[in-house]
Amino acid sequence: MSELHDISFTLNGKPVSATVDARLNLADFLRHTLGLTGTHVGCEHGVCGACNVLIDGRSARSCLTLAVQADGAHVETIEGLTANRAIADLQHEFVARNALQCGYCTPGMLVTAAELLARGRPGRQEIREALSGNYCRCTGYQAIVDAVEAVAQARAGSKP
Amino acid sequence: MKARAFLYRRPGSVDEALSLLADTDGAQVLAGGQSLMPTLNMRLSSPEMLVDINRIEALRGIDERGDKIRIGALVRHAEVLESKLVAARVPLLAMAIPHVAHVAVRNRGTTCGSLALADPSAEMPAIAVALGADIVLRKRGGERAVPARQFFQGLYQTARDDDEMIAEVILPAARPGELFGFSELSRRHGDFATVGVAVRARKAPGRLNELDVVFFGSEATPLLSPSARKLSIDASLSDDSLSEIANSITKDMNPIDSHQGRGETKRRQAAVLLKRTLRDMIVRVAHV
Repeated sequence: MSELHDISFTLNGKPVSATVDARLNLADFLRHTLGLTGTHVGCEHGVCGACNVLIDGRSARSCLTLAVQADGAHVETIEGLTANRAIADLQHEFVARNALQCGYCTPGMLVTAAELLARGRPGRQEIREALSGNYCRCTGYQAIVDAVEAVAQARAGSKP
Repeated sequence: MKARAFLYRRPGSVDEALSLLADTDGAQVLAGGQSLMPTLNMRLSSPEMLVDINRIEALRGIDERGDKIRIGALVRHAEVLESKLVAARVPLLAMAIPHVAHVAVRNRGTTCGSLALADPSAEMPAIAVALGADIVLRKRGGERAVPARQFFQGLYQTARDDDEMIAEVILPAARPGELFGFSELSRRHGDFATVGVAVRARKAPGRLNELDVVFFGSEATPLLSPSARKLSIDASLSDDSLSEIANSITKDMNPIDSHQGRGETKRRQAAVLLKRTLRDMIVRVAHV
């Protein structure tokens, strides 16, 4: 009962067209069909946040989104956010503060933080709350929160 | 794991969606998908067809209708959280919504989807019961409004028939003299609650009257306390007296054991939450 659908959407600023199985989720489509393996798959039921991508500017679990639902949307993955340098400062802070060890959760963390930072200047409590939907099993979170906070302050300081 | 195969349809109108639901055995509505998709991925459910309602404009929006607020089937938790209308007119919902899930899930999950699922630990069913909301169900050729206090019938069981979908929920706006409180216990902010309490009351000089107390997370459906309704709470009560009252109200509960704790533990936790919530409401009575 496999059913195919044609989809067209914007991925990291470029148009993409494909034919996808109805049951294929967006995470698997990005990773297996398009080879964009920066989006990680952890729990596959929306708990861990490793698969977060931006859909029309808002973070979403790509494991809980069907590929066919991306039709007509603007999707950004860690590859796109890296290439357009939108979060270069955040990535720099992650490295400088050892805010990752194994790195498995990092793309999802960066996507969540990218949305948060784009929407204002979050304080520490807000950062912790936003990141509460992303699991990290290595670092204990402190360095991750520190990194996001440092970027929030730096971006606020650099604005006129 | 990966989902079993299913048919996918994306109707452009409510009528088209209702026809698909009426004509297809095993069709399910896909709105935010934040609870449905995990069950597909884990093969706990395998619908014949998903009817994706995300492109139906008529299901969007939070609107004011006199003394009621209408929340359409496609309104996301994030929209409710950011809504000035909800903050101003439905304060109990505004208190509860920050506890609903995490950012990425709030960006897609919907209020009406949460009602349709009827998870016993979810906040939205409890709010709908506490406020006496109406849940509007549509099917091909018919519409009915079911009071939230009759909608939730058991664990994940509701009054909705298979060929019906929730089109909107109608919440009464706060009336002058009403006061609200909300509190829940969860392991991690945004997780499903171990136990929670939602309260509506009418304020009188130095008192809280007409209490609607709803417990959730502790039993199969949100529980509206029958005994709390008869109480009148004096704002000058000591902490000990307030604890006694909270303890007596929790006798209405039938808490069930779960991996989050024994039933009796939840009853005691609920009593503490309720006492704190009532104390907070009393403080606010004094300042109004």
